[in-house]
Amino acid sequence: MAGEAKTILAYSENPDTLFELLSEARELAGKIQGEAAAVLLGEKVEANLEELGAYGASKVYIVENPQLKGFQVEAYTDALYGVAEQVKPELILIGATKRGKELAPRLAQRLKTGCVAECVGFEVADGEIQMKRIVYAGKVSSLQKVKGKPAVATVPPRLFEKRKAEGKAEAVSLQVEVKAPKAEILEVKPKEVSGVRIEEAEVVVCGGRGIKSKEDFKLLGELAEILGGQVGCSRPIAADRGWFTEWVGLSGKKVKPTLYFAVGVSGAIQHVAGIRGSKIVVAINKDPEAPIFADADYGIVGDLYKVLPALIESLKKHLKKG
Amino acid sequence: MKIVVCAKYALDPGEIRIDPSGKPMLDRVPRKISDIDKNAMEAAINLKEKHGGTIQVVAFGPESARDGLKELLAMGADEAYLVVDPSDGRLDTMATAEALAAAIQKLGGFDLILCGEATIDGYAGQVGPRLAEKLGVPQVTYARSLTVEDGSLIAERDLEDAYEKVKVPLPALVSVTREINTPRIPTLMAILKASKKPFTLWKLEDVGLSREQLEQLSGIELVDMQGFAVERKRVVIKDKPVEEAVEELVSYLFKEKVLGA
Ligand SMILES: Cc1cc2nc3c(=O)[nH]c(=O)nc-3n(C[C@H](O)[C@H](O)[C@H](O)COP(=O)(O)OP(=O)(O)OC[C@H]3O[C@@H](n4cnc5c(N)ncnc54)[C@H](O)[C@@H]3O)c2cc1C
Ligand SMILES: Nc1ncnc2c1ncn2[C@@H]1O[C@H](COP(=O)(O)O)[C@@H](O)[C@H]1O
Repeated sequence: MAGEAKTILAYSENPDTLFELLSEARELAGKIQGEAAAVLLGEKVEANLEELGAYGASKVYIVENPQLKGFQVEAYTDALYGVAEQVKPELILIGATKRGKELAPRLAQRLKTGCVAECVGFEVADGEIQMKRIVYAGKVSSLQKVKGKPAVATVPPRLFEKRKAEGKAEAVSLQVEVKAPKAEILEVKPKEVSGVRIEEAEVVVCGGRGIKSKEDFKLLGELAEILGGQVGCSRPIAADRGWFTEWVGLSGKKVKPTLYFAVGVSGAIQHVAGIRGSKIVVAINKDPEAPIFADADYGIVGDLYKVLPALIESLKKHLKKG
Repeated sequence: MKIVVCAKYALDPGEIRIDPSGKPMLDRVPRKISDIDKNAMEAAINLKEKHGGTIQVVAFGPESARDGLKELLAMGADEAYLVVDPSDGRLDTMATAEALAAAIQKLGGFDLILCGEATIDGYAGQVGPRLAEKLGVPQVTYARSLTVEDGSLIAERDLEDAYEKVKVPLPALVSVTREINTPRIPTLMAILKASKKPFTLWKLEDVGLSREQLEQLSGIELVDMQGFAVERKRVVIKDKPVEEAVEELVSYLFKEKVLGA
């Protein structure tokens, strides 16, 4: 089954992320004389071979099993492990969604191999794949190599673009053993996910715990609208208060706008880790000692409830045509 | 209930400096217990308060980790165990999970292992799932609430697109988010008492491993490290009327050509 070609396997439960991984896998495979392949897992799988082929898959490995109904990490580990045992890939790329991030290390442990978490780039040196990841809360980029085969890596969603090209995929059905998972999913409460791609915004207006109510985020929205930007928030605003589903930072989205506003954000290192790619950072905070001022280009010490309305007025005046 | 908390005495990334050649200076960086591991500790205390039992803290790290573990003893752990890492932190998450698993096995059985979502320095989020796989128990990651009833654990997981309620039989491993609770700050009294609680230091050999074995098991080789020093201008406008401050900011932004493109 292994074939001659070196295989880079891509898996994500999220179809868009899978396409991104495949596009990147195809490019990488070109550098090691290998091929990219997708893995589809589920109770029933419908493979759009044309689309998967266009995004880069030469083969599509399919595992259908009743235990793969709903994402259960134990069952999905069994299935991917079974695929890896048969295909013997060089590298397994897994989308770094939270589900992917819990699957990859469990799989890597079973394969007795290393796993690079949230890999942000690949290099090939002497035919070997090296992987880049960011460590120490965004301060250091580390180039790493997995010693054994296969290597495992997770890749953040939306890091790579999905790219279509000529290509045809062939479907290969695999039989693997999948045990009944011990865990049981009792309930799934979907979140209201906004479709905004904050990582591509040119201007981001980000609010932190200095903002007292969800309603008050309208002020940030107004500023963002004038500048053609998007609103974001710090982790506590999303994860604690539940006002949004996504946040900016180490454990959230990494943004790279021309202009970033941190409003009522203290500037914890984990927050700053998400804004290092910003060209200009502006901080508005009432505490002159807030760490965000050390990570900002311009700052105003003051009450955001006074500064924001004045800033909105001023920009309206200045940005009027003529 | 027998609860094991895994806690890392991690490098404090806020204290890492980049040298002029762009290399991070990792010697003598202050360490602390990784933030979310304190949430795991707090979750353990809450469960113990309800169901009784013991809390053992296990760490793999430098000898200095003793100081961090004292803090967890003061919070409410009953015993702390430190397996000394002879490699100066160069081993990967697979080797770490191996060392922790060996220590946990030496401690005898467990009902629940609690970890953090990820550490502040490596931010891998791998050790929990690896440990669960190694010990052959189910894992529940990103838990933002936990309850135990009749030998099962029910947790609510925080995923990016949903909250998912899951039930797993014990023994199991759970990794918690920062939002699950607010870790208590130990009282002075608790800190004094903690110095009398059992603290055990193990060499790798004490848990049946060797340095060579772990180095072989470590799955990742470091090729290079490069620091990013993002230098900001740090112009701070203060002690001015709001309108004036705002005009000054806007003129800076125009000069930077980041407005009205
Ligand atoms: C492993 C790990 C990962 C993490 N990942 C992330 C992440 O991805 N993103 C993230 O954001 N955090 C993350 N955190 C949390 C982070 O450490 C901080 O706790 C968080 O960023 C603080 O959010 P905040 O700045 O909104 O709140 P706070 O720290 O409470 O700051 C609020 C600020 O608002 C100011 N303020 C209050 N009222 C006003 C007013 N009226 N006008 C002006 N200013 C006012 C205050 O002076 C204060 O500085 C992570 C933590 C850990 C341990
Ligand atoms: N050296 C260690 N000693 C004890 N626990 C650890 C260690 N490293 C990681 N952990 C645990 O595993 C979790 C995830 O770590 P990581 O995979 O490094 O992000 C941490 O929050 C800890 O609970």
